[in-house]
Amino acid sequence: MSLRSRLPARREPARGAVAGPALLAGATLLGIGLALYWRNRFDGRGSRDSAPGHTARRSRFGGYTVIGRSVTIHADRGSLYDQWRDFGNLPRFMENVKAVRTEGDVSTWTIAAPRGSVTVKTRIVSDRPGEEIAWRSTEDSDIDTEGKVSFRDAPGGRGTVVEARIAYRQPGGAVGRGAAFLTGTDPRQQARRDLKRFKMLMETGEVTSSRLR
Amino acid sequence: MRALTYHSKHDVRVDTVPDPELVNPRDAIIEVTATAICGSDLHLYDGVIPGVMSGDILGHEFMGRVVDAGPGSTLEKGQRVVVPFTISCGQCFHCLRAQYSACDNSNPAENQDLTEPLYGQALSGLFGYSHLTGGYPGGQAEYVRVPYSDIGPIVIPDGLEDEEVLFLSDILPTGWMAADNCDIEPGDTVAVWGCGPVGLFAIQSAKLMGAAEVIAIDHYPNRLDLARKLGAKVIDYRTTRVLEALTEMTGGIGPDAVIDAVGMESHGLAPDNIADTVKQKVGFGADRGHALREAIMACRKGGRVSMPGVYGGFLDKFPLGAFMEKGLQMRTGQTHVQKYSKDLLHRIREGEIDTTFLISHRLPLEQAAEGYANFHSNQDDWTKVVLRP
Ligand SMILES: NC(=O)c1ccc[n+]([C@@H]2O[C@H](COP(=O)([O-])OP(=O)(O)OC[C@H]3O[C@@H](n4cnc5c(N)ncnc54)[C@H](O)[C@@H]3O)[C@@H](O)[C@H]2O)c1
Ligand SMILES: [Zn+2]
Ligand SMILES: [Zn+2]
Repeated sequence: MSLRSRLPARREPARGAVAGPALLAGATLLGIGLALYWRNRFDGRGSRDSAPGHTARRSRFGGYTVIGRSVTIHADRGSLYDQWRDFGNLPRFMENVKAVRTEGDVSTWTIAAPRGSVTVKTRIVSDRPGEEIAWRSTEDSDIDTEGKVSFRDAPGGRGTVVEARIAYRQPGGAVGRGAAFLTGTDPRQQARRDLKRFKMLMETGEVTSSRLR
Repeated sequence: MRALTYHSKHDVRVDTVPDPELVNPRDAIIEVTATAICGSDLHLYDGVIPGVMSGDILGHEFMGRVVDAGPGSTLEKGQRVVVPFTISCGQCFHCLRAQYSACDNSNPAENQDLTEPLYGQALSGLFGYSHLTGGYPGGQAEYVRVPYSDIGPIVIPDGLEDEEVLFLSDILPTGWMAADNCDIEPGDTVAVWGCGPVGLFAIQSAKLMGAAEVIAIDHYPNRLDLARKLGAKVIDYRTTRVLEALTEMTGGIGPDAVIDAVGMESHGLAPDNIADTVKQKVGFGADRGHALREAIMACRKGGRVSMPGVYGGFLDKFPLGAFMEKGLQMRTGQTHVQKYSKDLLHRIREGEIDTTFLISHRLPLEQAAEGYANFHSNQDDWTKVVLRP
């Protein structure tokens, strides 16, 4: 069962009806944030409109917060996937990601936090060139999180729709790393900024700045 | 370098600030030879556009010489260029459709946070026009850093004076697009509210596009005179009932197309305008839309409404019923300057368009604050101010 099937990609009636039960099975098996999310969407009470799951009015599921954002980039899926797959590139457009170091199948992300930084360790759980990359935090990671970025052709030759989705468990209040663990900014806003910077970089070769010097 | 900076409402000063430097590969640095004050700058000066901070360098109409260019720029040192006020990447969905002022990439991501909730989508970058549009240092300065310099600036051939081409940066294409948005057909009458620089260029453009008649509305005798010299009929709204006059002057039909070249700070003592002014003063995010309301009421059934005038927030008492029942269409937007640059430069060279008739004052940059005060308060005499660093 790939991670893709556990993520609330779309809630189209047709798909929900056909694929729903299979997906639900996968979700129950894995039993973490996005999976809980799935279950809530498809337990017969959730709505089944065509909107992506992360636009649901409800955003917290079993202690996990789910966020997502899409951006259309005038470039082909392959080159966008390649850029993203090399995690070392991510700090170029992710404001609060200071470094990503990969050893074996574990990547260690150094993320700026209001006080110092936090370390997130992830393992790739799905990797389909030109289509999607998904990761999940390891047991010893500071933050319990999983995410996925998918690439699909945009209609009318507009390039590629890049959609990022992230689920994370609120780190304990005692430690003082609340929802703002990603720089002090709202993670939703952070995701939006980062994707827009990715778009700038891929379309124009630059990350736009209004600095005087 | 020296640059005109915003301090607070009605307080702008020429200060010494750091020189700009190249930041990104496609940047160029321009040494400004001429720059102008725009009606849009008055909205900043009056404090009715949010997101302007003390110390911001204003100005978005400028030209000059290239003194430095990054490896991704197509400009060369020494070239003379006019820079569009709209910053556009040339490669996003919108730029590829010549919707340059809707560029997706020219507003830094962190600034996009401000306008996405306000307008549904984030705005693109503009020079010297608040942090909503990027917080870019503007052109009323000795030097300007110009991003995406391979897309925006238009190189000026020898033999043309600065003043002949400076307005390619904004008000000429703005007046032109205002007329273009009217889809003018032979026999059409176009009515233009506001005889400021934008209205005056809209009048000239509408004539060139074949309007049979242009009627201009304002209350400043000198500005109305300039409109008359361009071949427009004029209405002074202080002495004439505008709606009735427009109906009578169009044989009972109403103008085929109407242009609001006034924007969010409409003048006058009409009751709706007084109410709007109060709301704007107390910071309700309210626009003063008297001219727009009047334009919609005047427009003939099935006619076109073109709105180059700038608005930022909300408008009460929008005549939605008239708009719908008469089947009107509206087109508006910050100007897609780059779309028109080449054609308009050609028309200037051919002598089709007079670009200098409206310049009333020329000042050194050091006296820019004086220029603002007068362009703001003595509008009849001060029609357009050109500053020289
Ligand atoms: N869309 C764009 O890209 C763009 C570009 C430049 C300027 N603008 C906007 O265009 C508008 C005009 O710019 P400008 O430089 O000509 O400004 P301006 O202030 O010099 O001119 C405005 C004119 O409108 C007149 N006016 C005010 N209230 C009126 C009313 N009720 N009826 C008729 N006339 C009235 C004023 O007397 C003045 O002459 C401004 O809102 C400006 O921000 C838009
Ligand atoms: Zn302007
Ligand atoms: Zn663009």
